[in-house]
Amino acid sequence: MSTVVLLLLTGLGLGALYFLIASGLSLIWGLMRVLNFAHGALFTVAAYVAWSAVQPLANGDPLVAWLVGLVVAIVTGGVCGMLLEVFLIRPLYARPIGQILVTVGVALAAVALIEGAYGSDPKQMILPPWMSASTHILGADLPNTRLLLIAVALAVLAALLMFLRRTRYGLVIRAGVENRAMVSALGINVERAFTVVFTIGGIAAGLAGYLAGTYFGYVDPTRGTSMLIFAFIVVVIGGLGSVTGSAIAAAVVAIVQQFLNFYAAPGVGDFSVVILLAAALLLRPRSGESA
Amino acid sequence: MNRATRIAALAALVVLLIVMPWIGVPIPPLFSEAMSAPGSLNLLALCFVFGALALSYDIIFGFAGLLSFGHALYFAAGVYVTAIALTHWHCTLLQAMGITIVVALILPLVIGAVCLRVRDIQFAMVTLAFAQAGSILVMQNPFGLTGGEEGLALGPSALPAALVGVANTRNIYWIALAFLVLTCAIGVWSVNSAAGRVWQAIRENERRVAVIGLNPYLYKLGAFVLSSFLASMAGVVYMVVEGSASPDVTTASFTLVLLVMVVLGGVGTLWGAVLGGIVYEYLDFRLVVLANASGLQSLPAFLRVPLSEPLFILGVLFIILVLFVPGGLAGAVRRLNPASLSSSGSH
Repeated sequence: MSTVVLLLLTGLGLGALYFLIASGLSLIWGLMRVLNFAHGALFTVAAYVAWSAVQPLANGDPLVAWLVGLVVAIVTGGVCGMLLEVFLIRPLYARPIGQILVTVGVALAAVALIEGAYGSDPKQMILPPWMSASTHILGADLPNTRLLLIAVALAVLAALLMFLRRTRYGLVIRAGVENRAMVSALGINVERAFTVVFTIGGIAAGLAGYLAGTYFGYVDPTRGTSMLIFAFIVVVIGGLGSVTGSAIAAAVVAIVQQFLNFYAAPGVGDFSVVILLAAALLLRPRSGESA
Repeated sequence: MNRATRIAALAALVVLLIVMPWIGVPIPPLFSEAMSAPGSLNLLALCFVFGALALSYDIIFGFAGLLSFGHALYFAAGVYVTAIALTHWHCTLLQAMGITIVVALILPLVIGAVCLRVRDIQFAMVTLAFAQAGSILVMQNPFGLTGGEEGLALGPSALPAALVGVANTRNIYWIALAFLVLTCAIGVWSVNSAAGRVWQAIRENERRVAVIGLNPYLYKLGAFVLSSFLASMAGVVYMVVEGSASPDVTTASFTLVLLVMVVLGGVGTLWGAVLGGIVYEYLDFRLVVLANASGLQSLPAFLRVPLSEPLFILGVLFIILVLFVPGGLAGAVRRLNPASLSSSGSH
């Protein structure tokens, strides 16, 4: 029983990370039809910039250092996402494949730059003692970082839904996901919504990068790329453009992955997620086109 | 240039490349050693393999218009099946190739049949997912076959004696050259065949092809299998050139690099893709050498760090190309030389 609880909550913690990456990807795809390969790079760059920013604070209160890092990661992610959209995506609005290719270039170049600047060895994060400890829940010793991640993901989900349902920009984005041409035809500046969506995606990716560092205890240059692939899978299974769908799919994917990796063999879980994707796509092949 | 001149020029180039191992001239600063030296020949052989691999990717992406993110899987299948047959099953090279050919036909047939039921970006995602599954499989080292992260190294007796040792680098070079020429011939023949014309029609307007009464699914599957098969064969040659299999070739990043090669050269032109593959591999190799050059080491860190990362330079170069030179190298050449517009290209 305690193992099941542990796997379930650890799975949800991992799912929280997937959701943070996938929510931005899903919004960007839904509105702009851009498959953002640079999302993993935003994740990595934000985590490393935050890691650098807190190094001078290493001797102070670790909680303060951690919170400073969190803010730096969020700001870095948001700013990078915005710059990416304004300078690289905007000139290519007329060329959808070109947009994907540019994000591929950014993904390769940014990760190479991080490796060049920091080396490929993992860097230890500065964590408050609470985050290295664990809590006793239903007979399982659950690391506190898992609980933190679940809480943050739920908060981001709530904030995103509030933003999409209650604000004017949210309305434009939701309408744009439904029918972009109609929104432009009504005289609404969809391009500004594109920048907003990329900034939100960048913020979520930056948050995910920093929290992944907290979850694993260190940051490393390749984590973003490997998480990105699972986030893609989550986005497709959850339905492209749907934030709630991403949240549910992230939880399902991560829990399936954790359980099979534990009970079958390491790697079987990762493998089965791919099969899950193939099954999801083939059983309802029209989902992405209408989303 | 008319057709005859172009064929003559191409034949002259091939002859020049064939006799290269006997020509001792150095071409500084392009190559650090004489052209006949094993180091230069090995680099050229790798360039040929990647030229052929980029061509195989261009068949599916540039001609059939299918954006696959799983092409690395088929290259890796060629590399690993050959390596496993040579090291674990103690096959001869010919037997190993026979096994690889069977796998290289069945694997894309099955996966393609599944993936092609969806299209566009979903197709890209499913192919990516299958390639990722392959990558996970290789990393898990099932039954100790793939060697996991370590990869597989061929023992000294795994390959025929004529392909082992520094002195025999020229034999490997000729194999790679022959493979590239053969792949180019198959590529030119296939995209100009009746099926090749249907691929291009599907790229432009799939619904219209269906209305005419052809079955786009079967043609796309044909393109997928041919392209993947050629990639697997490139994997076999790569295995012979490198003498080892590394899990790097299974990763999603490797497919992205292939995409970079094809776009660098020019999507939808075979010679552009070959050129892109050759130039990319050459730069990737030489930029590492450049990174260790003494001049670069004395630069301040903010210049030295980016310049010593080949993938950073190539990534930035790629972004600039996508933004400002949409047709890649082939497109740039065509624009500089408008006279060749009517005769160049493979359509």
